Amino acid sequence: MAQPSPEIASRVEEIIADHAALEGPLLPILHAVQAAFGHIPRDALPVIADKLNLSRAEVHGVMSFYHDFREDKAGRHVLKLCRAEACQAMGADRVAAHARGKLGIEWHQTTQDGAVTLEPVFCLGLCACGPAAMVDGRVVGRVDEARVDELLAEVR
Amino acid sequence: MKIYVPRDAAARALGADAVADAVQAEAKTRGVDITLVRNGSRGMIWLEPLVEVETDAGRIAFGPVAASDVAALFDAKFGKHPLVLGQTEDLPWMKGQTRLTFARVGVIDPLDLDDYEAHGGLTGLRRALDMSGDQIVAEVTESGLRGRGGAGFPTGIKWRTVAGAQATQKYIVCNADEGDSATFADRMLMEGDPFTLIEGMAIAGIATGATRGYVYLRSEYPDAIEVMGAALKIARDRGLLGDSVLGSGKAFDMWVRVGAGAYVCGEETSLLNSLEGKRGVVRAKPPLPALEGFLGKPTVVNNVISLATVPVILEKGAAFYKDFGHGRSRGTIPLQIAGNVKYGGLYECAFGLTLGQIVDEIGGGTATGRPVKAVQVGGPLGAYFPRDLFDTPFGYEEFAGKDGLVGHAGLTVFDDSADMLALARFAMEFCAIESCGKCTPCRIGAVRGVETLDRIAAGDGAGIPLLTDLCHTMKLGSLCALGGFTPYPVMSALTHFPDEFTGRQKEAAE
Ligand SMILES: Cc1cc2nc3c(=O)[nH]c(=O)nc-3n(C[C@H](O)[C@H](O)[C@H](O)COP(=O)(O)O)c2cc1C
Ligand code: SF4
Ligand code: FES
Repeated sequence: MAQPSPEIASRVEEIIADHAALEGPLLPILHAVQAAFGHIPRDALPVIADKLNLSRAEVHGVMSFYHDFREDKAGRHVLKLCRAEACQAMGADRVAAHARGKLGIEWHQTTQDGAVTLEPVFCLGLCACGPAAMVDGRVVGRVDEARVDELLAEVR
Repeated sequence: MKIYVPRDAAARALGADAVADAVQAEAKTRGVDITLVRNGSRGMIWLEPLVEVETDAGRIAFGPVAASDVAALFDAKFGKHPLVLGQTEDLPWMKGQTRLTFARVGVIDPLDLDDYEAHGGLTGLRRALDMSGDQIVAEVTESGLRGRGGAGFPTGIKWRTVAGAQATQKYIVCNADEGDSATFADRMLMEGDPFTLIEGMAIAGIATGATRGYVYLRSEYPDAIEVMGAALKIARDRGLLGDSVLGSGKAFDMWVRVGAGAYVCGEETSLLNSLEGKRGVVRAKPPLPALEGFLGKPTVVNNVISLATVPVILEKGAAFYKDFGHGRSRGTIPLQIAGNVKYGGLYECAFGLTLGQIVDEIGGGTATGRPVKAVQVGGPLGAYFPRDLFDTPFGYEEFAGKDGLVGHAGLTVFDDSADMLALARFAMEFCAIESCGKCTPCRIGAVRGVETLDRIAAGDGAGIPLLTDLCHTMKLGSLCALGGFTPYPVMSALTHFPDEFTGRQKEAAE
């Protein structure tokens, strides 16, 4: 196995040092690594495993358990659409079908130009103003087909 | 002039930030001196962004306000304007409520500790600091408070177990994973009145001898994460947290930990594994988390609303709180009315209203104006209730008696276009996606459930008894309520709307 890239390793080591005093530091570390790189680079795993005295398989096992952590970079923008019941009651399925058609991708995929990744989310706590969406961390309520088009126009 | 524009995520999702910017800009151009407060939401989500101005006659509400309305509101000097609703406190939605846990939400500036104190904050904690741990636990037990996270376990009894455990370190863990669809009470409380949760956790710590606390907050709530983080810093700076809580000599400090998008991590033992940095797999009980919880130490795990209700119980006394309610469900419950509903939002009231009162009277029926077909109560693991069961009073035992659950008190309203088979299929699909994988009936059963429902949808009636059997197996053979309760939405859909399952046979045969 090749050595992890030195740039990644040093940044990850910094992040680990920042979190070393925490009780149960692995999730905060993974969040911080993802915030730094936009995903969890493969090369980060052995560094984390080594510093936390875990096996690489254990770190990978934790990372892969959680929907938030991605092994590959997302598109430049991430559109999350709520698929849960309260949003379904307001037409979320129809809106999601429109978004998938418009983008020409399925859930978890990124458009060919790398502009937009589409992710499902199960509830954003906006259930009284659904269908709900999140665009790069910004919440949007009462999303219909036209609103999807507007949101996509804003980011593309 | 003091102007309130909510910073609650739902208000922001409906344009509150643009309204706040417009208010600032308009005030500046006109040279009007204003104080802009970004408060929590009053809970009337259909009126968000709800703008309020403070007047001698109390706060006057306007809504829903768009940024483009702001100039006209200034022209009208926030008086006569088509969007004026009247005094906020006099609106029917507000007047009908008993706001105990949510008394300050929407009222105060969430990050102003003085405003918090001026509205009764810290009274409960101060009283607790003059009591023994046993006395605090007794007061909480006496209040009848039951866990608002779903299981309804008496909070005082849980605390007693932790208080009685001997250990070098104990923990208070707040479950702010709020993954259920139709629930947002935790989010609104944390965004609108974070000090109440901090105060509640400090009281829990003092009562049980726990000196450290964590709020496990889902990553889907960036606004709540931000407000809680800011509030913790203020609380620490002002001596509400730290080595000597309010100068009492008793220590308690707490931190926010962010989840990572796994629904099952709302289950308390999965949550503890996640907090420890492990896969969020459910642990077998015993040992109880109260005895062997976070890092193997005695741990109170309580929902946000359970903990945030403790301050008012300590402030006003167990008897005051217990006086509200119905049967064995004491106190108040923040109902979250969501989905296809005319008046959606948060409504705190004593237990005991019927489902029909909640949906038809408070919620005003559907947003689409079509008939209400079904209401899912208690999130994705909760049952679908048809109109026939609308006389069920809102209470733990009452809902259990109808093969349903109160859960975290979220209600999703559906109109007559709802496809009950599709909703049953979704319940199984959700369980399959979110299963922690520990037990076969849940991990494999949910996948089989989806397949079976697809067969039924294709007209294969033989799938129905298979589905019933499968639900039975999942109910009995699952370690936690994800696999164990997914049969509730599925079986309730099948039981109350059988035609939508058998009807498919005819359609296919014709
Ligand atoms: C799959 C699953 C998800 C859960 N999600 C939550 C949740 O998001 N928030 C919560 O407070 N409790 C949740 N619970 C219930 C917790 O296991 C636990 O009962 C609760 O946190 C205890 O706190 P309480 O007594 O104050 O309600 C969930 C349970 C299961 C089985
Ligand atoms: S029922 Fe499902 S989620 Fe719960 S422990 Fe079993 S596999 Fe995990
Ligand atoms: S169900 Fe979509 S935001 Fe809650």
